[in-house]
Amino acid sequence: MGSPTAGLAARTDARHTMIELTHVSQHYVDNQGALTHAVRDVSLQIASGEIFGIIGRSGAGKSTLVRSLNLLHRPSSGTVHVAGRELTALSPDALREARHEIGMIFQHFNLLSSRTVYGNVALPLELAGQSRTQIREAVEPLLELVGLAAQRDRYPSQLSGGQKQRVGIARALASRPKVLLSDEATSALDPETTRAILDLLRKINRELGLTIVLITHQMQVVKQICDRVAVMDAGRVIELGSVLDVFRTPQHDVTRALIGDVIAHELPSGILERLRKQELGAARLLRLAFTGDEVDRPLLSEAVRRFDLDFSILHGQVDEVQGQPFGSLTILTRASPATIAEASAFLAEHGVSTEDLTAQLLPAPSGSSSGASAPHLTLLRGDAVPLATEALNRVA
Amino acid sequence: MSPELLALFWDSFLETLAMVGTAGLVGALVGIPLGVALHVTDEQGILPHPWLSRTLGIVINAVRSTPFIILLVAVIPLTRVLAGSSIGTAAAIVPLTIAAAPFIARLVETALREVDRGLVEAAQAMGATNLQIVTKILLPEALPGIVAAFTVTLVSLVGYSAMAGAIGGGGLGDLGIRYGYQRFLPEVMLLVVLVLIAFVQIVQSAGDRLVRKLSHR
Ligand SMILES: Nc1ncnc2c1ncn2[C@@H]1O[C@H](COP(=O)(O)OP(=O)(O)OP(=O)(O)O)[C@@H](O)[C@H]1O
Ligand SMILES: [Mg+2]
Repeated sequence: MGSPTAGLAARTDARHTMIELTHVSQHYVDNQGALTHAVRDVSLQIASGEIFGIIGRSGAGKSTLVRSLNLLHRPSSGTVHVAGRELTALSPDALREARHEIGMIFQHFNLLSSRTVYGNVALPLELAGQSRTQIREAVEPLLELVGLAAQRDRYPSQLSGGQKQRVGIARALASRPKVLLSDEATSALDPETTRAILDLLRKINRELGLTIVLITHQMQVVKQICDRVAVMDAGRVIELGSVLDVFRTPQHDVTRALIGDVIAHELPSGILERLRKQELGAARLLRLAFTGDEVDRPLLSEAVRRFDLDFSILHGQVDEVQGQPFGSLTILTRASPATIAEASAFLAEHGVSTEDLTAQLLPAPSGSSSGASAPHLTLLRGDAVPLATEALNRVA
Repeated sequence: MSPELLALFWDSFLETLAMVGTAGLVGALVGIPLGVALHVTDEQGILPHPWLSRTLGIVINAVRSTPFIILLVAVIPLTRVLAGSSIGTAAAIVPLTIAAAPFIARLVETALREVDRGLVEAAQAMGATNLQIVTKILLPEALPGIVAAFTVTLVSLVGYSAMAGAIGGGGLGDLGIRYGYQRFLPEVMLLVVLVLIAFVQIVQSAGDRLVRKLSHR
C-alpha cells in the first residue's frame, strides 16, 4: 500500500502512542559506591489521551521512572520517546524545547514563594521568552480553568493545599503540553480536596485531550481516574493492565497488598485464622468477583435456588471502578465439587468469576503473606454459619 | 565639645559611611556572584564542578580566617595599585572590600541552599536554562536571605572600619581612639560609641524590615 494517507491516518488516530519506554534502566551510585537499581528494564507504551497510573511500594522506583519521562533523570540505558520524539537522543537545547510538551506537578507543589499565583503560572512562559501580552492571554484563562481567578494576586503561603496544587496544575498547563506527569500530586491533600483535584485532572484530560501519567500510593486515585495501571516492585513493572483487570485479578502479592486498601479482596487475617482452627472438612473457600452490568442482578440468589447451594458470606464489598460497578465476595461452602462446578459455570456466564481459595485454609506457612489488614470487611462472628443461604432459603 | 571637634566628628562619620557603604556595595557585587558560583558548582548543584567549588571554598576560607588587621597590611601593594595610595579613606576601602566579599559569598551560599531543590527541579522540568534557574528561581527565592546577609555584612564592616585608622583611613573608630583614648577625652569616646550603636541599630532594623517585606513564605 504505502499511500501517504495511510501514515496520516495512523498519526491522527486518537489512540496513537504518546509515550514509549524501551528497556529503560536506571541505577544510582551513592557516595559509598553502592549501586541501587532503581528501575530495571522497563518497557511500556502509553496511549495518547490515556490516564496511566503507576503504583508500588515506597522505593519501588516510581519517581525515578516518571522522572525518566522528561529526562530529569537520564536513564542509564534504554530509550524514551514522547510525542514522537526520542528524548534520549536530543541535544540539551532540543531537550529543553521538548520539555515544553511535558508538564509536571509535584507532591509539595514546588511553587515559588516569591511570586504570586499569577506570577507562578506565568513562569514557564517567561522562561520561553513570551511577551507580557502573550503571557496575560495565556495565564488568565488557565486561572479560570482551575478556579483561581479571584486569588491571582495572592502568594502561595496564603493558599490552601488544594489551591496550591491548582496553581501547580495551571503552571504545568501553561506551555500547552501534551503530557502531564504527576508525582504524588494529591498525597499531601485531604480526601475531599483529593477528589476535587482528581476531578480537575479528569476534566483536563477530557477537554484538552492531555495524556496523564500519575504516580500514587492512594488506590483511591487509581480507582477514580486511571484507565490503566502499572504496578512496580524493586524497579520492575510486575503487572500492567486496565484498572478493572488489575483490581479484579491481581497477579502478585504486592498488587494484592496494595489494592487491599480499596478492594475487600483479601480475607482479613483474623477471619482466616479462625477458619483454620475450625473443623471444616470438605468445605471450600471461594472468591466471587462481580463486574459489569450484572452486579445489580440477583445472581447469587438465582444460583442458590438453582443449585441448592449452601454458603456463608465471610467478606465482601461492592464498589465502583472506572465508573463500573465492581464487587468481591468471599464465601465458604460445603457443596459438592460437581455443584460448585455447575454454579461457577452459571455465574461465569453472567460475568462473575470464581476463584478457589481453599488452599488458604491450610495452616499458614511461616511468615504469612501480607500482614496488611483490609479496612472494609463484613464481620463474621463465631463460627462460619451459612446464615446467608439460610435466610435466602427461608424467604424463597 | 568645641566646634572644631564637632566638625571633625562629622567628617569622621562621613568617612565611616563612605568606607562601610562602598565596601558593602562592592563586596556585594563580588560576593553575590561568588556565592552563586559556590552554590551551583557544588556536588548537588545544577552545574557540579567539584574542583572549582573546592578551590573557591579554600580561597574564601583563607581570606575569612585572616585577622582583619593583618589583611589590612598584607594587601597594601594591591591597595596602592587600586586606590593610588596606601593610606587614607580610599585606601582603607580596598581591604574592607576584600574582607566583605567572601563574607557575603558564604552567607549568600547559605541563603541559596535554603531554596527548595524541588523548585529547581520544577524549573528544569519546564525547560529552564541554568542561567534562568539562577536569575528566575534561585536569586528571587533567596532574596530575603541575601538582604539579611547584606545587613549582617554592613554591621560587621562598621566594626572592621574602626581598625582602618591603622592606615590613616579615618572614621569614627579612629576618632574615638585618637581623641577619646590618646587625648583623654572620654566624652568623645562615649559619643563615638553611642553614634555607632545608633547607626548599627538603624541599619539592622532597616534590613529586617526589608526582609519582612520581601519574604512571602
Ligand atoms: N538520587 C538518588 N541517589 C541514590 N539512590 C536513589 C536516588 N533516588 C532514588 N534512589 C533510590 O532508588 C530507589 C527508587 O527510588 P524512587 O524514589 O524512584 O522510589 P519511589 O517508588 O518513588 O518511592 P516513594 O513511594 O517512596 O516515593 C530507592 O531505593 C531509592 O533509595
Ligand atoms: Mg517517589
